[in-house]
Amino acid sequence: MTSVDSGPALVSIQRQGPYLVASVHTALDDSEMVRFQHDLVERIGRDRARGVIIDVAALDVLDSFGSRTLRNIAEMARLRGAVTVIVGIQPDVAFAMVQLGMGTGSVATALDLEDGLRMLDLRVPRSGAIPVPGGDGPAVTGAL
Amino acid sequence: MTTYDTSTGHDKDDVDGGGRADGDPQQRPAEDDAAEGGEPLDGAGRAAAVDFAEPDGEGDMSSADSLQGGDEHTLLPHLVAHLREHRTKLRQEWAGRIGESHLLEAMTPQEMSAETTSVYDNYVEVLETGSVEALQHYARDLSERIIPRGVETHEVVGIVLLLRDVLARSLFEKYQGDFSLLNRVLDAYEPAANRIANTVAVSFVDERERVIRQQQDAIRELSTPVLPVRERLLILPIIGVLDNERARQLTEQLLVGIRTHRAKVVVIDITGAPEVDESVANHLVQTVDASRLMGASVIITGLSPEIAQTLVTIGVDLSKMNTIGDLQGGLEEAERLLGYTVSRSTQPQVL
Repeated sequence: MTSVDSGPALVSIQRQGPYLVASVHTALDDSEMVRFQHDLVERIGRDRARGVIIDVAALDVLDSFGSRTLRNIAEMARLRGAVTVIVGIQPDVAFAMVQLGMGTGSVATALDLEDGLRMLDLRVPRSGAIPVPGGDGPAVTGAL
Repeated sequence: MTTYDTSTGHDKDDVDGGGRADGDPQQRPAEDDAAEGGEPLDGAGRAAAVDFAEPDGEGDMSSADSLQGGDEHTLLPHLVAHLREHRTKLRQEWAGRIGESHLLEAMTPQEMSAETTSVYDNYVEVLETGSVEALQHYARDLSERIIPRGVETHEVVGIVLLLRDVLARSLFEKYQGDFSLLNRVLDAYEPAANRIANTVAVSFVDERERVIRQQQDAIRELSTPVLPVRERLLILPIIGVLDNERARQLTEQLLVGIRTHRAKVVVIDITGAPEVDESVANHLVQTVDASRLMGASVIITGLSPEIAQTLVTIGVDLSKMNTIGDLQGGLEEAERLLGYTVSRSTQPQVL
């Protein structure tokens, strides 16, 4: 795993108010995926983020390892105090994922960045308490 | 063909049509003979052919056969003249045979008469010119007219084969006195007749396939409309049997539609779908899941008892399926999810 932290990042993680927006620019191989997971979870703690949006609109394929890693990231983010929404899943990718039986588990999904931000606004409690997944969400969610 | 059609053809039709008694086969030889007598070309042709046949009268059949190639060019014009001469009688006999065989019953007697005349003339013309192009064109045109009426392939092939048989029999009667000549006449006639039957059948099937392709394209375009009814609300009415191909289209159009219209809620109404099989039902469930991955909720309405039973029997996980009884209820639920409240502000504008 020496190469994990080397080379240019293929995922940009930017701050947007209390949230982090992680845009995946290109298909990631397994070690790049692991590096992404590592970077993002670390940034959540550093930036004290309350929500995370992972934008996969640039991906035209998402394999089982990729979707499992995204699930893991969401789970780790929750443990670190942030709600995760995956946005921008392409139609073909969505159907392929379902056919291969690899959904996003309990992770929320939204159409695009705008919807994802709105979803976080609804889901992240203003009080600063630990968010409860599946709690007081909006009537309409993309959660599986 | 056309010149014949407009001049002698119709005159003869009228005269013969009145005098003829329902294609009595007994009368045919007498008529043929009389006609031959009055027809110098035909008479001469026969005499010439007989002369030609005489030298190998002593020879065996194989030597007669060997002459066929050279004969075709001389014999076919005589055949054509014969067929034109007896056009009305043969055409009526043919029409009678079609009626007996219960073919083309979708057509009225007037249409039958017009079409059989055209087919007959085209047929003779192909025998004369050896070119099937005009016939091809006519057959395609005819197919275009009769396919919507439900005419089947076997009927079209049937009538052409009947015509071939009627004409062959007429030739047989005419030349039965001279067996070797008859053989050579049939040698000239049969390949041409088979080519005609082939052309008509192929043209018909081609036309049919073109129509089928056209309809398939139309169905593909129309079968799964994705309709925006409110901002971020789509409905998909499904009418007709959902097979695997249509289910695949539905998924594709729905997922792309969600992206295009930025849909948040989708109502799929399957009131118009009589049944689904197991694989289609599974496909539907997967489509619902995939829609969710794209951030849209799916409401399914109008599940028939049969489909409900199928879904339960195959044991798909229905806990994630949001179903409402009918489309109206589905729309109301969708509006609720999207935060719309629809209320009546004034008296109705219609009575």
